[in-house]
Amino acid sequence: MKIISLDPRVNRMGLEKDSSGTPLREGEQFQTYEVFHQKKRGQQHVHVGIVHAPSNDLALVFAKESFGRRGATTSIWVVKSSEVNATSYDDSDIFETTPEKLHREASAYKMRDKIEKLK
Amino acid sequence: MNDIDYNTALKELLFKMADDQYIYGHRTSEWIGIGPIIEEDIAFGSIAQDKVGHSLNIYQMLHQLGEADAEKLVFTRNENEYKCCHLVELPIGEYDFAIMRHFMFEHAEYIRFEMLTESSYHPLANLAKKYKGEIKYHIFHANTWLKLLAEGNEESKGRMQSALNQVYPMAMGIFEESPYEEILRSEHIFKGEAALKSVWMERTEEFLQSVGLQIPNNKDFSEAMGGRKGYHTEYFGPLLKEIKEVFVTEDPSASW
Repeated sequence: MKIISLDPRVNRMGLEKDSSGTPLREGEQFQTYEVFHQKKRGQQHVHVGIVHAPSNDLALVFAKESFGRRGATTSIWVVKSSEVNATSYDDSDIFETTPEKLHREASAYKMRDKIEKLK
Repeated sequence: MNDIDYNTALKELLFKMADDQYIYGHRTSEWIGIGPIIEEDIAFGSIAQDKVGHSLNIYQMLHQLGEADAEKLVFTRNENEYKCCHLVELPIGEYDFAIMRHFMFEHAEYIRFEMLTESSYHPLANLAKKYKGEIKYHIFHANTWLKLLAEGNEESKGRMQSALNQVYPMAMGIFEESPYEEILRSEHIFKGEAALKSVWMERTEEFLQSVGLQIPNNKDFSEAMGGRKGYHTEYFGPLLKEIKEVFVTEDPSASW
């Protein structure tokens, strides 16, 4: 039994009702790309958002249209979101610091008196 | 060689360039709101805007040379006074046709303006330098889509090949020669349609072959000529009527 849908795209896929789904082939589905925008040569590329695109080059086209049409642009980077290696939110406690670690922070050191003394 | 000949030849060149860009821009703008996805909708729409912008600059140049202003040139000329080629007049069709026409036309634009950067008519040479980046992007956009579709699945490949078969003879009309080719060349205004066509054929053929498409044999088709002489396809009349609709039916002296 095939799935019958009001959406002709679903019908064209010829899915079986009891199938566990069709595996996606490379290029069949748009991918998400992270977009980085550079205002001026030499400055940092800054993350500005995402685009969905079927290929690396079209990701650049769409990124230019979405993020490079207004204001100065010298360069745009696009990177597949799936290529970004990220920490997990479950592990966000790794960034926490305890008050007992003040010795590791510059603000904890009061050097002014010693410097004055040396002058 | 006198100034009258020089100006006649120059104006003929400018008119066909501006008319091509204006009509192509207008046609392409018809994709706004119905493009395949929203980002592409924006991309194609902004390309259409670029083309209309280019035509405005050239109509203004014609105004400097003694012709009516841009608005009058666009809204009051008759069908046979327009010198655009048939390729740009055709209805938008589907996206296979749209991308193929875009590819053919923009490559010709890029080479034409590349040649015009050396024009003895300096305002045109300066304009050509200014346009380079925009048209380079149009080509990147066209090439990217064409490659993606031509190398996609069987259906997309087949559709791009039939779009190529349909568009190729029409594209020949871009290079219809003017009666002033000799003056354009000898006065170093422009290297001429024949020179443009040979570079265009080389570059488009190389790209089309690289994505696996076959150029139709030119014995099998008749080239779409006549646009440069003011003879147009059946699609041009209704298009022009729509363009002129507001300007002509309301008070023509009204300012907008």
